[in-house]
Amino acid sequence: MIEINRLTKKFDQVVAVEDLTFDVGEGEVLGFLGPNGAGKSTTMKVITGFLSPTSGTVKIDGFDISENPMEAKSLIGYLPEGAPSYGDMTTLEFLNFVAQIRGYRGDEITLRVNHVVAEVALESVAHQTIDTLSKGFKRRVGLAQAIMHDPKVLILDEPTDGLDPNQKHHVRELIKNLAKDKIVVISTHILEEVTAVCSRAIIISEGRIVVDGTPAELESQSRYHHAVSVRLKSDYDLAADLAKFSSAMDVEQDAADKLHFTILASEGKPIFSAVSELAQEMQWPVAEFHVSRGQLEDVFRTVTERAVGD
Amino acid sequence: MGNMGIVFRRELIGYFSTPLAYIFIVIFLISNGIFTFDLGGFYLRGQADLLPFFSFHPWLYLFMVPAIAMTLWADERKTGTIELLLTLPIKLSDAVIGKFLAAWGLTGIALMLTFPIWVTVNYLGDPDNGVIFAAYIGSWFMAGGFLAIGSCMSACTKNSVIAFILTVSICFLFVIMGSPILLNAFPEWVPQFFVDAFSAMGFLTHFDSIAKGVLDIRDFLFFAVFISAWLLASGVVIEIRKAH
Repeated sequence: MIEINRLTKKFDQVVAVEDLTFDVGEGEVLGFLGPNGAGKSTTMKVITGFLSPTSGTVKIDGFDISENPMEAKSLIGYLPEGAPSYGDMTTLEFLNFVAQIRGYRGDEITLRVNHVVAEVALESVAHQTIDTLSKGFKRRVGLAQAIMHDPKVLILDEPTDGLDPNQKHHVRELIKNLAKDKIVVISTHILEEVTAVCSRAIIISEGRIVVDGTPAELESQSRYHHAVSVRLKSDYDLAADLAKFSSAMDVEQDAADKLHFTILASEGKPIFSAVSELAQEMQWPVAEFHVSRGQLEDVFRTVTERAVGD
Repeated sequence: MGNMGIVFRRELIGYFSTPLAYIFIVIFLISNGIFTFDLGGFYLRGQADLLPFFSFHPWLYLFMVPAIAMTLWADERKTGTIELLLTLPIKLSDAVIGKFLAAWGLTGIALMLTFPIWVTVNYLGDPDNGVIFAAYIGSWFMAGGFLAIGSCMSACTKNSVIAFILTVSICFLFVIMGSPILLNAFPEWVPQFFVDAFSAMGFLTHFDSIAKGVLDIRDFLFFAVFISAWLLASGVVIEIRKAH
């Protein structure tokens, strides 16, 4: 369990994180979202004990990161932003080094290193110098290092940043597999990642929490939640029909594709059946017709821009 | 093996997995040869000792040691590995001392490889080998002093070139502190104890007596305390600067 209580971190006069309070429990995969510079990385650096908080506390399974740093750090696996590692070492040498620092001795080292190498599929580059590896492999070396000691808490700062879609998929699968009995905190600004792997999402902006909920709850805050998306075969005045029929619906026409309309549910209630009945009745020239889920991106922009605007 | 030992090993192997260690050793040996035989007049003196060899060491270290020390922390900060290292369950002191010892080990290896000079002087005459041994240890301690300054300077910046220049400047100050040129420059009204204290901080003051065979435990103690103080400062600087 991670307990963060009234955490504040200032750099000189700049407040990076302000009065942050939240808990993360076992089995949760927390997506930590926010615009660049919102304080995501700073928060992670404080949780992992790299930076000390200006005020407030961070506890990992009851161990305060400032007072019992060794106990707390030994429970955490951390992938810092950009997955730094010692470039002059080979993958195996580097992982051996981490295994030793993590307290493994003798045969255990080989056992653990082989295990993580298999887990993140590093066999092909085991004897290569890390400097010569591709970005995807470097990221996986960073992940291997983080899961070396089968940590209870896994903190990953932008684990898929800069990876190609296949590598992203692979890393996400890996995180899902790891997550079962652990606490995972992932920072990202890729929103699809949240729906893909997270069981909970926190959006921070300007160092404060602006949203905390499941990805589904977040989506439901979107103005596109329950909206119906319609593509027509030919031009037709949908808005006129809708205006006659009900005042509770708004229509947006796509700027690029003039035949694509989005009908918004202005009270957040399902409108699909009402719209589909109307379409049949008035015989709209429909090509495509479906309900859109909420758009996280929309929620993200709304809450972070609102926070900045205040 | 404790965490300090693990860091020490990683760093030392790291030096030898890049050309850095080899280049350092080769340049160190060549410079030593030039200084001792050409500039030092090793043969002309007609004495069976290694004074010409050792007396150039402070000046040789002035440029060579900062070259090793400059990457100690600057590179860790530049590549971000400092974040990795310091979030592992390891004490900062273990990291600082382990890294320092690895660099000090490298200078020790380079120094040991000058053994043919020691063999030569034994072949040519009958030197006092005890004095030579003590001078070797003294020289190594002095290298440690330079390195400890370098460790602290390297912690101040992400840029290893800046770290190099800072280290050379500060080391130069400590080398000349005990030299007559500087001491004579003090005006009359400066109290004698201040001049003495100033000169007591100088590397030359301590190293010259070791090189000449005057064995005083206080000279070694000076370097030991000096190294500890600068390593402590390194730890403080890392703690303060790591966020930037």
